[in-house]
Amino acid sequence: MNNVEEKKFSIGKAGVYALLILASLFALFPFYWMFVMATRPSAAYNSIPPVLLPGDQLVENFQNVIDKIPFFQSMLNTLIVCLAATIVVLFISSLAGFAFSKFRFPGRNGFFIAILLTMVIPPQLGLIPQYFLIAEFGLLDTLFAAMILFFLNPLGIFLMRQYINQSVPDELIEAAKLDGCSNFKIYRSVVLPIILPAFATLGIIVFTMVWGEFLWQFTVLRSPNSYTIQVALASLNSTTNIDFGMVMSGVFWSTVPLIVVFLLFNRLFISSIAEGAVK
Amino acid sequence: MRTSDKERKGISSGLSEKTKDRISAYLYISPFFIIFAVIGLYPALFSLYLAFQSWDGFSPMTFAGLQNFQIVLTDPLFWKSVYNTIIIGIMGTAPQIIVGIILAFLLNLAMLRWKHFFRVTIFMPYITSLVAVALIFSVFFSSNETALANYVLGLFGMDPINWKTSEWGTKIAISLMVFWRWVGYNTIIYLAGLQSIPNELYEAATIDGASKPQQLRFITVPLLKPFIILTVFFSTVGALQLFAEPTVFLGSSAFSRDEAMTVVMYLYRDAFNLQSFGTASATAIILLILIVVMAAVNTYLSSGMGRKRGKKA
Repeated sequence: MNNVEEKKFSIGKAGVYALLILASLFALFPFYWMFVMATRPSAAYNSIPPVLLPGDQLVENFQNVIDKIPFFQSMLNTLIVCLAATIVVLFISSLAGFAFSKFRFPGRNGFFIAILLTMVIPPQLGLIPQYFLIAEFGLLDTLFAAMILFFLNPLGIFLMRQYINQSVPDELIEAAKLDGCSNFKIYRSVVLPIILPAFATLGIIVFTMVWGEFLWQFTVLRSPNSYTIQVALASLNSTTNIDFGMVMSGVFWSTVPLIVVFLLFNRLFISSIAEGAVK
Repeated sequence: MRTSDKERKGISSGLSEKTKDRISAYLYISPFFIIFAVIGLYPALFSLYLAFQSWDGFSPMTFAGLQNFQIVLTDPLFWKSVYNTIIIGIMGTAPQIIVGIILAFLLNLAMLRWKHFFRVTIFMPYITSLVAVALIFSVFFSSNETALANYVLGLFGMDPINWKTSEWGTKIAISLMVFWRWVGYNTIIYLAGLQSIPNELYEAATIDGASKPQQLRFITVPLLKPFIILTVFFSTVGALQLFAEPTVFLGSSAFSRDEAMTVVMYLYRDAFNLQSFGTASATAIILLILIVVMAAVNTYLSSGMGRKRGKKA
């Protein structure tokens, strides 16, 4: 009797692992396949059965990418846009979060709700006027144009307020006030050091989001030298006679840095995304 | 000395301290509102205005009344784009929710080893950009008969499909890439939800004689409901805004074919390929209404899900 139950249980256990391994393979295969493609000549895609092992064209394919698009420039542009947007969002959000958490002022709840409500406006609604606004100021095709839309992050203010509520005691603020600190000094030397972990969380959310952004940058960036990597990669696929090896090489090398960072900080990454959505 | 000075000041001019705090507070929340006014609110209101104008971007605008809405709403391509968006949205996101709950349930099992490894691999697709995903899948689903996807179909004895030009081929390919990138993300959210359910609840249920499926039905699903509602809301809003995946997947033919044209692609094409900014703005307004209505309906449906689960499936 006991034996039967144990057997049943281990079959269930095997099923659990089988499902999870299947899900993992499904998740990982495109990554692996991208790598295989990045090492093969374009003709490899026409072979039957398909090639599933890496070839020897890793360098050649990447050389072709560099010949076609300013790869490193695009990566650098993306990095600048992502970092700038992240820093601005962290600053604006923590300052506003501090105000909403520790100050009493008329309209506090109203302003806070207004910020949350801006989340429901779809980004496409303002796309056309935003484009003309940027054009009006002569900012088309600049990195500033590529980043400015991402300075707005209602979720960031929400997360920062929550975090400050939980982790910065009112007494600490009072004590600093009695010591004669100005409000901004309190923000800088009392609040900021305490909320650094929340900066990591929000920073990852913003950085990943801006890194993957496409529609807006596709709209305002016009010349290859100001392309972010997403726009540059998309341009690889816009001709009719596509060198798949080259395209995959571009995708591969632009994804590798992100994979490395993700694997290094995977716990932080996963908890950030979960917190950002669940809070 | 300094401290007591300040203290005295604080007591004697308590009101000015309060005013100072108010000024600080308004100052600290102002950056968001200033930036929002310029790049959020103004463009949104201007879109509203532009939707009633006829404009090519250069010559002066002329008032068009409801003509833009009439043009869009009587354009078969617009309705095709709505249809495409909804079909891809359903095929790309509905399975995510079901698979996400199952995976989260498995990842939360106490006996499971290598939990963290599975969590990392299942989540990993989320870190790839939309463009990267679309390009990887555009090679996997290339228009060649020898595309890997067609090879796989061949293994099951099926005929090759042209994934870039056929009505269902494009939709399946795009839905699959949406599914692939987001299923791990939803899993992580459900997992966070599952972990917030206290173990004592299951223990108490076990003592009361509830079976595992009963526990899943009467503890897990009801308590997971807020998380399900959240992901349904996000998925609905995201699905209606689909743009990067089909645009990059189809490459040069993205705006000239209609199999996978989404509402945002239709809007983009009107504005930046055809310089018809009035109708594009009208489309943006219609899209906004569509998003609000569908998000409300889906959120409502999913919040009633716990009770009518059997019937809906």
